Amino acid sequence: MLSIQSQLFEAQDVRFGPIDHEAHPDIESKWTHDAEFMRLMELAPVRPLSPAMVRKQYESVEKKMEEDKNLFYFTVRARDDDRLIGKAVVEWIDWTNGNGLIRLGIGAETDRRKGYGSQALRMLLRYSFSELNLYRVTAVVPAYNEGALRLFQKFGFMEEVRRRKALHRDGTFWDIVSYGLLNSEWQEQQNNGRG
Amino acid sequence: MNDILKGQLVRLSTVDSDELGKAYSAWKRDSELTRLFDATASALQSVKSSRSFFEKMINEGSPEEYYFTIRLLEDNRLLGDINLDIVNHWMGRNAFVGIGIGDRNDWGKGYGTDAMKIMLRYAFTELNLERVTLTVFEYNPRAIRSYEKVGFQHEGRQRARLLKDGKRWDMLFMGILREDWLALQ
Amino acid sequence: MKDLYREALVRLASEPPEVMAKSFVKWDRDSEFHRLADSDPAQLWSEKKLKEFIDRNSEKNSTQYFSFSIRTLVDDKYIGFVSLRVPAWSHSDAWIGIMVGERDYWGKGYGTDAMRLIVQYGFLELNLRRMSLGLHAYNERALKSYEKAGFTLEGRVRGDGLRDGIRYDSLWLGILREEWEPI
Repeated sequence: MLSIQSQLFEAQDVRFGPIDHEAHPDIESKWTHDAEFMRLMELAPVRPLSPAMVRKQYESVEKKMEEDKNLFYFTVRARDDDRLIGKAVVEWIDWTNGNGLIRLGIGAETDRRKGYGSQALRMLLRYSFSELNLYRVTAVVPAYNEGALRLFQKFGFMEEVRRRKALHRDGTFWDIVSYGLLNSEWQEQQNNGRG
Repeated sequence: MNDILKGQLVRLSTVDSDELGKAYSAWKRDSELTRLFDATASALQSVKSSRSFFEKMINEGSPEEYYFTIRLLEDNRLLGDINLDIVNHWMGRNAFVGIGIGDRNDWGKGYGTDAMKIMLRYAFTELNLERVTLTVFEYNPRAIRSYEKVGFQHEGRQRARLLKDGKRWDMLFMGILREDWLALQ
Repeated sequence: MKDLYREALVRLASEPPEVMAKSFVKWDRDSEFHRLADSDPAQLWSEKKLKEFIDRNSEKNSTQYFSFSIRTLVDDKYIGFVSLRVPAWSHSDAWIGIMVGERDYWGKGYGTDAMRLIVQYGFLELNLRRMSLGLHAYNERALKSYEKAGFTLEGRVRGDGLRDGIRYDSLWLGILREEWEPI
């Protein structure tokens, strides 16, 4: 059913918004100084970033969005005061085969465990499947990120690939797990009133 | 110290962008070939654009990338290429490997398996990697068997990841850990 | 000589890029607006990037591209954007692009008024012999508006777009000098 009227970027407590090059670098810079958060998000060595470095990243994100057209980046804002609380991305889109990689994170400790991640993921999936018309999406998670594993399982993702001992962190070798959800599976969830 | 780039049937050698460009231009005419190792759409390439692609790869080839041609020991003939992309230097030292034998008349002769054995030896004893990963398409059983023979283990599959000829295919992931490889030596 | 920029409800004007960019950010937030107006996937560009696009557009060949902001006469509100693009002067044909970003001004005749103005501009100032425009078949409000402004349905491209899992058609409309009546 064509549902143009139903807003793509608004959820109950959060919304998707554009990058704010003035206000956001400082906030995101703070998140990068939280190694625990960064190690949940990043598979490469984490390092803190200055606001200037974040600003540069934002510029290259929008440049890539414009030129490559295989990346869609959204900031996640709180609906009440519009403050930046996270990010939601679909990237590395392989248009011919209809696959995209999704990634999201809620930056501040105080904003987590409030259901914002679920709301953001719900919007990201609707965007990927209804606006980009992807056939499937993939999410890649280090095995120690139990919060992410639970979130994806809740949304009906299936564990597809487990790369054994692919990540060495804190003296332990961790598996990297890859989850997948098909457009048809997501569609069925919508029809059954789930998700 | 032995010649670690030499196998039983083939050896790994340097890349000459001119030669490889010419060879690829010819090989890519075989769309079965391109569909075996390329997820993106099969496309014909001129010699010039093939060559500049390789020039770019060699010149920009950061230390993360190790790229070799595969040559037959017998007559030094160019058979194909193999490359290792280290995706994580510090935290798990692991890499993705990709291989292609260009001419279909050279398939099924053990050249790919031999080249892969050499590459793994290089990866584990020269580059000191912890693991090597590869992806292979469901519709390429010959390659899957070759990788199993060399010691890769199945680690899962991304469902319906590829659309070719109107049908959906899975993309398989296989991996070999250092400890797996050592056990086979 | 007529005042080409004024009609009953709106006038055509020009805005500084910063004003445009701010409004575009606001309008982009409404995904229904985007999906009515545009084919590209709905996206949320930053104000900085939008200003870059606008600056780039204004540097574009201005002998083939004419763009205006739409402002209401009653409260001088900046509600949208309309443009004419001439692909090749030898054909004297132009493509019209129009969008009303302010939801409160939908369905009240503002868009139709702006369309009448741009068509008049095309025929009386640029001396074109026809103008064309396209829209999504599901944009019924726009179709009614354009027909009221004098356009005729000329073609239908089947299944041109895909959204929410539904294939929809694109409609192509045109207006000829001979059939146009001055306002």
